[in-house]
Parts: sequence; structure tokens; C-alpha cells
Amino acid sequence: MSNSMNIRGGRVIDPSAGRDAAGDVFIAGGKICAEPAEGGVEVDARGLVVCPGFIDIHVHLREPGHGAKETIETGTRAAAAGGFTSVVAMPNTHPVADHPGIIAWMLERAAEVGVVNVFPTGAITVGAQGEQLAPIGAMAAAGIVAVTDDGRCVQNHEVMRRAAEYCGMFGLPMFDHCQDASLAGPEAMMHEGYWSTMLGLPGWPRMAEEIIVARDAMLAEATGTRIHCQHLSSGGSVRLLREARLRGVPLSGEVCPHHIALTDESVRDYDTDFKMNPPLREQADIDALLEGIADGTIEVLATDHAPHAIYEKEVEFAAAPFGIVGLETAVGLFCSILLHQKGVLALPELIAMLTANPARLVGLDRGTLSIGAPGDVTLLDPDREWTVDRSTFASKARNTPFHGWELKGRAVRTVVGGRTAWEVGV
Amino acid sequence: MKWTRKDLLALSEMSAEEIIFVLDTAAEFKDVGRRRLKKVPSLRGKTLVNLFVEASTRTRTSFELAAVRLSADVVNITAGGSSLSKGESLKDTAKNLEALAADLIVLRHSAAGASRFLAARLGAGVINAGDGSHEHPTQGLLDVFTIRERLGRIEGVKVGIVGDIRFSRVARSDIQALTKLGAEVTLIGPPTLVPREFGRLGVRLTDRFDDVLGELDVVNLLRIQHERQKAGHFPGTGEYASLFGLNASRAARLKQGALVMHPGPIHRGIELDGSVADGPHSVILDQVTNGLAVRMAVLYLCGSVPPKEGE
Repeated sequence: MSNSMNIRGGRVIDPSAGRDAAGDVFIAGGKICAEPAEGGVEVDARGLVVCPGFIDIHVHLREPGHGAKETIETGTRAAAAGGFTSVVAMPNTHPVADHPGIIAWMLERAAEVGVVNVFPTGAITVGAQGEQLAPIGAMAAAGIVAVTDDGRCVQNHEVMRRAAEYCGMFGLPMFDHCQDASLAGPEAMMHEGYWSTMLGLPGWPRMAEEIIVARDAMLAEATGTRIHCQHLSSGGSVRLLREARLRGVPLSGEVCPHHIALTDESVRDYDTDFKMNPPLREQADIDALLEGIADGTIEVLATDHAPHAIYEKEVEFAAAPFGIVGLETAVGLFCSILLHQKGVLALPELIAMLTANPARLVGLDRGTLSIGAPGDVTLLDPDREWTVDRSTFASKARNTPFHGWELKGRAVRTVVGGRTAWEVGV
Repeated sequence: MKWTRKDLLALSEMSAEEIIFVLDTAAEFKDVGRRRLKKVPSLRGKTLVNLFVEASTRTRTSFELAAVRLSADVVNITAGGSSLSKGESLKDTAKNLEALAADLIVLRHSAAGASRFLAARLGAGVINAGDGSHEHPTQGLLDVFTIRERLGRIEGVKVGIVGDIRFSRVARSDIQALTKLGAEVTLIGPPTLVPREFGRLGVRLTDRFDDVLGELDVVNLLRIQHERQKAGHFPGTGEYASLFGLNASRAARLKQGALVMHPGPIHRGIELDGSVADGPHSVILDQVTNGLAVRMAVLYLCGSVPPKEGE
């Protein structure tokens, strides 16, 4: 099949170049080019937005080790169905991706069965145990784009400090799931507040996140290494991040759809599709996150796509694993909330947070439509109305709290390297 | 009123009218317990399963006796001797019980929300006999039953609940029942054990037991769980007892006719001195007796609602 394509007649938005104009995008031999590609597939993009392919820097593909939840094949199909052309895979696999051999296996597997680009991350510490540094240099050579002990925040500040210093050698950013384990005890399962009190579910307070965001601000400032705070949930974290960034500290943050779509009240019926880590918090937190998105404090949107098998989630609330799938609903939720309902972003700003900004964070030559860049393109209809139906997910998993939601905004075609990886049904 | 619930999961979702209806029904069943022949045929032919995934003696016995007095057939399952200890999921255990045509399942479980989880998946009625730190609705009902029986009313009664509110399912059910029926509730204990979020339910919070003791019509003492001490919620049982224990000198300051309650099991000398537990204010054994009547009422009411179609 041809990897050349001529996408004509759309509204081309490329934030990396400040471009927002009617026009055409051409791909020849899998790369963006200036002139129409001879023999390329003709795509009529009238009425659509044509933009760089979306990049999700926070995805759990679950392989190796947890194929019952998701595989590289199904996870990348879900990504394509959500408009994402590249995903950054978290290392909490089994075994943990703390070794170049596992990174190489993931890249090989992704080349065989993946339908979008996969960029692995490596663990900061051996086994993500928070003690001994993992072979970060060898993993950098094998192709990781960041290091993280996602889900198991490094608690020892000395270890985290040395890791940050060490990462400086390779220019690798660190991703941190900011969470103090003593404040978020092993029994905690939701936001600590009115609803946790009523429901009798142990909660963990905002400060469990904020204390580590503050720590990371200090470490990033002291070491010069970029530390990226994953899936922020607390309003206080936004204030800390804003303050650090105003002083030029290399600290950044991301926000996931569920943290701006739902509050802790959603847990009231003990539905485990609302159990995630960090937890759903309160309206004031949503307001602060939206403010942070609007003023540029938060510059990346991600999903924390966390698939689990139905039998794992259909249990008592305490027994269920944390997390929800996000790849196939994220763009619809971001468009609905950020563009249509709250109006906190203009469309080019939203697209930047899904393309140029994440690409810059992890050092990818993607997220742009500049000549010679990989031919990754997403065709977006920001006004398309659709209803989430989890039975149609390309993901193996069904654990979404958004089943039945009516959303406005959807990717309608996902182009990876000049080939259509997914196209919406009529 | 017409009773429509097949399940009793939480008092938070019940109306004052429903709660009073259960109390009135329980009052009728209490008379049965005074007869020479203590049995009625209300649930004859029905099967009740006591599924106790967390240890309990008094609640399980109370439910079992209640079911027997209603002529139901009773099966007791405790976690240690069941498939749950072999890794079977709660859902599968329940589905199996349903396949064996159980009509009512009484569930005690360490996970908050476990009874709701079951009720959503089963046609059989589900009675919550305590789910984690969430609720223990029959305890809440028997507590308000006892207060009403002794004082003749609930509305305007000043009730103090003392101790481990944070982790107490009894406290949550008591607070729901009492506030819905118009009592004035004060939660008493150290801030580590009394979450301020309860203030949103219209209850008063204080860490000064001695300041409020003399005005209370009811003092309900909760069991202090030693594991909380390990988790740093208070420094020791000695300090706890000196600040919040109902000892003889505090009991001497109680209003005349004030009730002392405790859901059991009692730690004598910690939250409650033996002389007070056995003294004139104590209605602790009334609570046990009334628990039987309340559980008969709940089983009778829920057991008489036709099961919904299974999924």
C-alpha cells in the first residue's frame, strides 16, 4: 500500500509553525513534502481540520506480561481509533521495563504489530523499586524517550536527586507520578474529602501529590533536568507548577480527561470504573486545572490509558485495580470540555497540547507538518457529535466511566507515515 | 406505607418514613420474642444465607436467630471455610448461591460497598450486615429503636457519639438515622478520629467530651480499635481513656435518665468502665434484644418483596 497521500481542502493547523489556513498537506514516501505526491492516495479534507498526528505521552500498553489487559497490537489500534499517531509507553510491565533487552523487545514487537508509533520509557530504578538506578544509559541507547517509575513514585529523595543528575548526561526527561506513599497509604482508594468520609473509603489528600510536585520543583531547579509531573489532579499542584515555571525551572505537567470531567462524587455507587490513581477530586481542583491549561502552566494533555480486564474491575471497590482506558475518548472529551463547554482554549492551542508540546518534551521530530517530517497526520472534526460506546472499542479493555457520554469533537482519520491507520465509520 | 426494597444497603439512601416503618414493624416482632412460642411462619420456605466474609459473632447470631424465628431456612457461610478463601470472587460466590435459589443474602464484608456490588448483580435480596467502614444499617436501626423505646421520641434528643468515628460503620449508620429523625447529634473524639467532613451532615463536632457530657440524653460509645493506635491516630489507650472514656466520675455527671449505649464488643476500662456498662444508665443489653426484633423486621420486609429478574 502506498505511503504517499494528498490531503486536500482542509483547514491546516500546525502549531509548530504557527500555521492556521485553508490548504493541502502532501506526503510522499511517508514524509511530509511540499508538492502533491504522484500516485498518492487522494483524501478529501473539506470541512475538516488537518493537523500533525496526536501524541499521547502517557499510555500503558501492558506488554510484556499483562496481555489479558491489553497488547501492543490492541493498544496501538485503540490509539489510532482515538486520533493518536504516537504513544509513549509506560514501563510498569511484567517484567518492569528496566533493561535495554525489554526496550528492544517492545520496539521490535511494535514494529511487527503496532499500527502507530511506539516510544518506550524506561524505569528510573531497578524493578521500579525506588532503590537502585536502572541502566538508564543502556536504555537510552536502546531508544527510550524518558525515564519514569510511573505508578511507584520514587520516595527516597536522594535516589531521585541522583537519578535526575544522571539523566542530564542523556538529555532524558523524567516523568513522575507525584505521590507521597506515606500520605497515600496502601489502603487509600479515592480522594480524601466529603465523599470518602460518607462512603467509608480510605482517601488520600491533595498534599500527597503536592508535596512531591514541590520536591520535583526543587530537584529540577537544582539539577537542571526536566521533570514532568504526570496526570495532575490537585489545584495546589497547579499553583506550585506555575510558581516554578515562572522562575524558569524545567518543570512541566500534564492533565488527563477524567480529572477535568469528573469529581469524587462519581464514586458514590462504588463503581470501579471511577477508581483511578491519582483520584478524581473536587470542582475546585477542576477549576484550577482548567486555569492552568488556559494560562499555559500545563502544556501537555495525555490519557493515562490504563486498560484492565473486566474480571479484574468487576469486584469490590477495595479489590479493583486503579485506572481507566482513555485513548478512544480523550480527543472527544478534550474538545467537548476545553473548546465547547468551557472555552478555555482556541483550537490551535488545543492541538499544540496534543502535538508540538509533547513532541518537544520527549524530543521527537514529530508533532509538526514541516517538510521532511514523518507523515503523521490527524484529520479532526472538532464539531462532530458522537456517543461513546465501549462495546466498539479497539482496545481490549472496557473500563471507561464515559460509556454513553455524548461528545462533540472526534478524529475521523489517523494517518501514520503516510498510511491510513484508522478511519471513522460512516 | 408500601415497602418496596428487596435490599437493605445503607440508611443514607432511606427516607425518615421508611426508617420509622421498620421501627414500627420491629416493635410488633419484639412482642413475638416475649411469647412462649417464639416463632412465626412469615418466611417459611425461604432460604437465607448468612455470608460472613469478615468475622462476627453477635451480628451473625442475631441474623440467624431472626431468620429462624421467621421460619426461614438458614445457611451460614464464613470466609475461612468457603471458596472465597480459595480465591473465588465475591461475584462468583454470590452467583452460585443464587443458583442454589437463596432468597436473601446477609453480607458482612470488609470492603465498603460490597453489599451494593452484590445487590446490583443479584435477584435475591441483599442485607448489609456491615461493609467495611461504610454502614451497618441494622445497627443504626436498632440504636434508634432503643432510643425511641426508652425516651419515647427521637426528635430533639441530644445524642453524643464518642470515639472512632472515622473508621466506624456503626457511626455512619447512626448519624444517618438520627439526623433523618431529627435528633441533635454531637461527634466526640480526637480530630484524628472525627473527620470534619461530617459537619456537612448537620452534626456538631467536638474534642471536649467534658464540655458536652452533661447535656446529652444519649451517650453512644464506639469500640476503640487497637490497630488505629498503631497507625498513629492516638498515642495510647491510657491517654484515650482519660480524655474520652466514660468512667465512673464522668458517668456521675450524666443527666438523670440519660442512656449509655455501646454496639459491642466492649473494651471495659478503655471506652467504658465496667461499672458504667453494668450501671443504671446502660441499655447495652436492650440493644442486643432489640437487634433481634429489628433484624426480623428487615428480613420480613425485604423477604416479602418479589425478587427482581436476575441479570
